[in-house]
Amino acid sequence: MSDALVQARGLRKCFGDIEAVSGIDVDVRPGEAFGFLGPNGAGKSSAMRMIGCVSPRTAGELQVLGLDPDVDGPRIRARLGVVPQQDNLDTELSVRDNLHVYGRYFGLSRAAVRAKATELLDFAQLTDRASDKVEPLSGGMKRRLTIARSLVNDPELMLLDEPTTGLDPQARHLLWDRLFRLKQQGVTLILTTHYMDEAEQLCDRLVVMDGGLIVAEGSPGDLIARYSSREVLELRFAPGEQHGQRAAVDELAERLEELPDRLLLYTTDGERALSAAHQRGVRPVSSLVRRATLEDVFLRLTGRSLVD
Amino acid sequence: MTALLDPPRATGAALPGWRATLLVVEGLWTWYRRNWRATVISSVLQPLLFLVAFGVGFGTLLDRGGRAQQVIDVPYLVYLAPALLAVGAIQNAAFESTYPVLSAFKWQRNYWGVSATPITPGQLACGQLSWITLRLAGSGAAYLLVISLFGAARGPGIVAALPLAVLCGMAFSAPVVAFAATVENDGAAFNALFRFVVMPMTLFSGTFFPISQLPEPVRPLAWISPLWHGTELTRGAALGVLELGPALGHTAYLAALVIAGVLLARWRFRARLAR
Ligand SMILES: Nc1ncnc2c1ncn2[C@@H]1O[C@H](COP(=O)(O)OP(=O)(O)O)[C@@H](O)[C@H]1O
Ligand SMILES: [Mg+2]
Repeated sequence: MSDALVQARGLRKCFGDIEAVSGIDVDVRPGEAFGFLGPNGAGKSSAMRMIGCVSPRTAGELQVLGLDPDVDGPRIRARLGVVPQQDNLDTELSVRDNLHVYGRYFGLSRAAVRAKATELLDFAQLTDRASDKVEPLSGGMKRRLTIARSLVNDPELMLLDEPTTGLDPQARHLLWDRLFRLKQQGVTLILTTHYMDEAEQLCDRLVVMDGGLIVAEGSPGDLIARYSSREVLELRFAPGEQHGQRAAVDELAERLEELPDRLLLYTTDGERALSAAHQRGVRPVSSLVRRATLEDVFLRLTGRSLVD
Repeated sequence: MTALLDPPRATGAALPGWRATLLVVEGLWTWYRRNWRATVISSVLQPLLFLVAFGVGFGTLLDRGGRAQQVIDVPYLVYLAPALLAVGAIQNAAFESTYPVLSAFKWQRNYWGVSATPITPGQLACGQLSWITLRLAGSGAAYLLVISLFGAARGPGIVAALPLAVLCGMAFSAPVVAFAATVENDGAAFNALFRFVVMPMTLFSGTFFPISQLPEPVRPLAWISPLWHGTELTRGAALGVLELGPALGHTAYLAALVIAGVLLARWRFRARLAR
């Protein structure tokens, strides 16, 4: 037995003819923040729901907290904190009542739940909205409440499915800050995202998923080092024109990717590649030298960009 | 910011079925405690309207005329009131078992929240059905008071009619909850249920007149209707004319529907939430 909190081998999930997860191996260690990065439909939520012991697996092995979800689902769920992709707060109840009711579902005493709710309201910065109904809260507030609610049972492992999708940048940063604090306190986090910046910010280790399969695995830095160069030169053209410029810049980069309106040149020195391109008479509408990101890794691995 | 978490100390315990069921009821009660005003009127108002329109208005006419008395040998209001207790239970069961259940799956989605806790889908179904049972009992008790104020109760038998009416309501509720858990679209199917099941059932289950007055070929439809069995029981108990044999038969039929409905509902909840 390993000390992994989650251990999956050949994990599969089918919905009728659709194979959402096609055999993945995953190990999540105590205390780490582990990410599933992938585009919509990659199978992230399906994998999370199996780990969350709500969706039975079609095939493969799965252990969560050392137990088998098929046998011990309720006992495992008692130790998990789940933030689903789609909020399912009771919008007709007050913010505080949402925490109370949910805590009771874990079999906690009323006194324990009351004390916990006060603490969590503070954590989620919702104390002044405690007796308001949930309905009129902003998306960011609802998301924070969902996260607070998932902590009501003091989970050892948190599952966050796209915690910040659809939020404005300010709300996202606030959420990231809360998740950092949890991580510092030793809570193991598993999260899915299709934002590379989120994955880079939060994850110690991640897997890149596409079409139900894991296509790469490692820390964000590892993945970038393995699948991309250090820098990227982006040359933007009027859509359609980029193709004709390919030949001129091809040999300036270790690798070249073509998108509908630009060329991406993977190189250790972006500025030098840019002046070389200018010398060859290439005149892009604009150009940009940047550090390589997970987006580039994903593009390399799948030939598509992550968020369309 | 206070220290949020001491070292994690989740319970790691599954819940026994009865406990989980009670906790689901408690969750629904928390909602009800804040929102009861909207429901209390509608759940007593409808049988009350029937009581006034038919029992008082129409009944006065009947009691004066000669022919009706050959079939019904008590004042019409007294005849009707206990049956309306069963009708109220069926109608409240229909409301409580359709949109609220679909909404908890589809719009409000709070069942999905529960599915991530130690509570299992089967326990959730049992909790929801227990809650509906309490709601029917509560509305029935309120209606019972109204009946007494109208002077339509004839002795203590009407009190025994209350649990029988709740049994009747649940014999309809449990299968309908199972059905609601299966509905994926916006609930248009419920309109058909109200129009083609609840409405005819209300009219032709012996509430307003004995089913012996129905044409022979349609009588079997009344026999399968839980409302007819419920009406026989509530009216029999209220008027003190219930005989043991038929009483057991009606009760067994309703109990069988409840049991089948509970099993179906648990199955449908599991199929929907754990997929
Ligand atoms: N309950 C379901 N029934 C049928 N198909 C589903 C269901 N849930 C997910 N899928 C399908 O499985 C695939 C993976 O979906 P999902 O796991 O939600 O991906 P992601 O979370 O990465 O966007 C998609 O093709 C989706 O349509
Ligand atoms: Mg998803």
